Amino acid sequence: MDIAHSAQKPSPGEPPVVSVQDVSITYRTTFEKVPTLKSAIVRLGRGERAVHVVEALKGVSFDVTRGSSVGIIGANGAGKSTLMRAIAGVLPPSSGRVEVRGRISALLALGVGFNSALTGRENVILGGLASGLSRKEVVARAEEVAAFAEIGEFIDVPVRTYSSGMYQRLAFSVSVHMDPDILLIDEALSAGDASFKVKANAKMAELMKSARAMFLVSHSLNAVREMCDDALWIHKGKLMMHDTPDACIKAYTKFLEVGENAFTLEDL
Amino acid sequence: MARSATDTADEVHVYEPHRAGIPPLVPYFRGLWARREFAAEFSKSGIRAANTQTVFGQLWLVLNPLLLALVYYFLIAVLRGGDSGGLPRLANLTGGLFLFTFVAGSMSSGASSVTGGGRLIMNMNFPRLLMPFAAVRTAWFRFLPTLPVYVLLHLLSGAGWSWTMLLSVVFLGYAVVFAMGIAALLATLQVYFRDTSSFLPYFSRIWLYVSPILWAVHDTAGQFGTLMAINRIVNPLYSIVGGWVELSLNGVMPSPTTWVMGAVWAVVMFVVGSLLFMSRERDFTVRL
Ligand SMILES: Nc1ncnc2c1ncn2[C@@H]1O[C@H](COP(=O)(O)OP(=O)(O)OP(=O)(O)O)[C@@H](O)[C@H]1O
Ligand SMILES: [Mg+2]
Repeated sequence: MDIAHSAQKPSPGEPPVVSVQDVSITYRTTFEKVPTLKSAIVRLGRGERAVHVVEALKGVSFDVTRGSSVGIIGANGAGKSTLMRAIAGVLPPSSGRVEVRGRISALLALGVGFNSALTGRENVILGGLASGLSRKEVVARAEEVAAFAEIGEFIDVPVRTYSSGMYQRLAFSVSVHMDPDILLIDEALSAGDASFKVKANAKMAELMKSARAMFLVSHSLNAVREMCDDALWIHKGKLMMHDTPDACIKAYTKFLEVGENAFTLEDL
Repeated sequence: MARSATDTADEVHVYEPHRAGIPPLVPYFRGLWARREFAAEFSKSGIRAANTQTVFGQLWLVLNPLLLALVYYFLIAVLRGGDSGGLPRLANLTGGLFLFTFVAGSMSSGASSVTGGGRLIMNMNFPRLLMPFAAVRTAWFRFLPTLPVYVLLHLLSGAGWSWTMLLSVVFLGYAVVFAMGIAALLATLQVYFRDTSSFLPYFSRIWLYVSPILWAVHDTAGQFGTLMAINRIVNPLYSIVGGWVELSLNGVMPSPTTWVMGAVWAVVMFVVGSLLFMSRERDFTVRL
């Protein structure tokens, strides 16, 4: 599938659609499982450090022009989802700056299901309302979402009874039906079956015609190779490479083979 | 606020490091207002999901505070050596207790509204103040079904009716504004100290005892001297619940101090709670 040809082209001199400038993000978790007043008092007595910091992103910078579809690859815990949250504006950067031109897709993958006691439809409606759509728009959208996800009457059944594939079908369907300018898809399809994957790929291709940019986080390197014309490889919060999908995948695969210690970019 | 892809064409979002500070208020509250339907739907679906789990559902919302009122009623009868005060006392008790339950319910569900918001907060960008406000809406809709019970008890107790009773709506308004503020305050505290919600039941129990619920404002005239004078100023519910009961049950016009203190507490709590919340909310996501 050659998406790059159907996509929008940047006009000369146009600022990047997404500009990430030296962004670092630090999660602050406490040593205790949950921070409590009791433990805060106990800690005060012993003078220990209160927070355990996880540097999920360290000084990441890149620009994305109109019409790009960017694949993001990297090991588990590399910081891919964190980067998506930063672009969506959910996580403020601890330092640096993110600039985004256009409306972000309403829900990141697996954004639905935030209340597993509610039905799929209720979750879709809530997600749409939270993203600022009106009730009328959202109710109409929910129909389209249900139809696309092909989960039948399960749309009106509590999400907790879904299989993981059904869950992802719904999540994917939600993120592509909110008319985003910029589409963020975080591992949408790992549990989808073959027929849904085909349908989803076709939908993404279609969306690329109207969307300004797409970000696809995937552990399926083939999906990234097929769908994307630009790629980022992130490792332990650092941006290792920003290049064509083929080059990034080659470097990443090599890196996985030889192991972290033996690897240098010059090996390529 | 229907939006299409075109009218947002040049929308530029800039995300920069969080600084403890209050965001520009006008756009913030405009965004909050634009998403009010979300808060309503969030609270509605929460109630629906909770009700499917119990057979009695709505009925329980009425039964629970009523049973509690009966327990306190008998407790008072025992403490007073058999003088229960009859139906008027029970009506007085339920009137105050139902409203108190609304405030206490807003406090406990408000406290867990952000930390319990998990995925919604991790994956979506919206003014977070909607979460504690939705919790207050939920508590409000648990409070409403108790009103007919209160009216019934009012009838049974033989208390009269008067136009001044309509003014009691003002005190309901105070209670709602106050509840929104305290829900936001506790939601913020809960993010930094996860055992806030475990302290709450003890805190609200004490608050219940010092508020004019198990005792009536006019009972204590002249008793406890300075202590009661202090309580009257520092306890927001003294004025809010006291004024509500005086008006709605007895049709007695509360003193000017009650009107003023109720309004002052409602506004102060709302402003302090929501400003504290707004100044910290960008920091919540990395601490969940
Ligand atoms: N809510 C959180 N609180 C604290 N630390 C977190 C939180 N979310 C993620 N992290 C940490 O941040 C780092 C990056 O996590 P992230 O979810 O971005 O990884 P990822 O690249 O999406 O991984 P995966 O491929 O498994 O989805 C990890 O070390 C993780 O432990
Ligand atoms: Mg992830």
